[in-house]
Amino acid sequence: MRIFILALCAAAALLGTVPLSAQGGDPRLGRSLAATCANCHGTGGVSVGEVASLAGKPREEIVHKMQEFKSGARPATIMHQLAKGYTDEQIELLASWFAAQKPAK
Amino acid sequence: MRMQRRDFLKALGAAGVTTTAVSALPGCATTAGNTGGRVVVIGGGYGGATAAKYIRMWSDGRVGVTVVEPEAAFVSCPLSNLVLGGSKSLADITVSYDNLGARHGVKMIRDTATAVDTERRTVKLAGGQELPYDRLILSPGVDVLWDKVPSMNNADAQTKILHAWKAGPQTVALRNQLTAMPDGGVFAISIPVAPYRCPPGPYERACQVAWYLKRAKPKSKVLILDGNGDVTSKGPLFKKAWAEEYKGIVEYRPNYVLTDVDVATRTLRFDVQDNVKADVLNVIPPQRASAIARSAGVVTSNDRWCDVDFVTFESVKVKHVHVLGDAIQIATGMPKSGHMANQHAKVCAAAVVALLAGEAPNPAPVLNNTCYSFITDRNVVHVCSVHQYDKEKKTVLPVQGAGGLSPGMTELEGQYAFSWARNIWADALA
Repeated sequence: MRIFILALCAAAALLGTVPLSAQGGDPRLGRSLAATCANCHGTGGVSVGEVASLAGKPREEIVHKMQEFKSGARPATIMHQLAKGYTDEQIELLASWFAAQKPAK
Repeated sequence: MRMQRRDFLKALGAAGVTTTAVSALPGCATTAGNTGGRVVVIGGGYGGATAAKYIRMWSDGRVGVTVVEPEAAFVSCPLSNLVLGGSKSLADITVSYDNLGARHGVKMIRDTATAVDTERRTVKLAGGQELPYDRLILSPGVDVLWDKVPSMNNADAQTKILHAWKAGPQTVALRNQLTAMPDGGVFAISIPVAPYRCPPGPYERACQVAWYLKRAKPKSKVLILDGNGDVTSKGPLFKKAWAEEYKGIVEYRPNYVLTDVDVATRTLRFDVQDNVKADVLNVIPPQRASAIARSAGVVTSNDRWCDVDFVTFESVKVKHVHVLGDAIQIATGMPKSGHMANQHAKVCAAAVVALLAGEAPNPAPVLNNTCYSFITDRNVVHVCSVHQYDKEKKTVLPVQGAGGLSPGMTELEGQYAFSWARNIWADALA
């Protein structure tokens, strides 16, 4: 049943016929969530400073690190505080978006 | 289950391209070349520049964006206290607007917006030009409330007693007053009652002035006269710095609400406390949304700030007018900061692109704030927070348990602060 609903949502997204808010999976959600990281990690996850780029990083790696920041397992200056503000679902969405971007040169 | 979810997300990612392409076909073909509508942005600061770039990016160039900005280049308020302290120059915190046009097709107009006609949806510029809009984004920053400091309400006084609360010539002029001050002098900073632009900014400024004095004029003092009952941001961290790093140099006094200034004798007057005379006065007066917001009729809170719908940053009062940055009536726990203005801008940009395409905006926006303060020229502390939209309360609220302060100042955070500056400037302007 779950798979069926997901398939429907994906199909609706492809056709662009269902209001985005009703899909529960607007692809632009990932984009907008990832954009909240750009102030420190660069537009599109391509950093021009010392802070790490996220563009093209494997999704699993970003999710894993964010979860470790969230749990406190990974020490940090600031990310342990910021990661706690995002839900698990939001972390998966932004990680998927960054993983799909062209990596920094 | 995890695999299925991953596949679903992949499918959605692929669908994203199609959805955007489809949504572009109908819509508002109002101007030739910009078939997705016309947006005018007033103000090219952290909010306005970011909104302009992201609307161009996220509409794949379909929405035409014009930015009206009187200044020739972007000068960052964050880091400007380092110019006052002398470890950075104004050139170090100045960024060109050129890439907004060259890379993103944003039309820059160097002029001042003087009036908004929200019926006809036009903006009038000082140069006489009139710009039509489908959506107007106001990111105008703040004006000083000179009537709260009556003797300062004239041009002559304003060249003698400086606020330097908009980075640029005043920052350099205040630096010159500081370097001209004799050793043994007193530099007094007056802080307005919150809310004001950049809550930790005055306290960081005290640190940077003290950093300079400690080396160049060690007999001198920094006197902080705060209109608030306590330090409004990063309190424990700043107080530690004043007690240790700047022991004997910085003195903090709460509950000093400024009522006027005697310009000739450089004397500050307060509602209750005794007068204070100093060698250099830095008066940061109370502020409100800039005048153009009043012309647009979007000032709705205490005759000072603009209430917005946090899903779109559209004014709660005037349709098709969005407000960003320091000019808004903030939500709980939301500071008036450059970082936050950038975050406002992205929520607004996504919403404006969706609305112009006839689509619903993201109903649950997320914003965060990261604010670094320089204690010395390289040792830095931060405060951060994450803000999620609450559908029932129709506002954004800080996530409990998230965010927080640095344990203490470090050079590593200093490196991250400079990295933050490079990235946020590029995020807005490159």
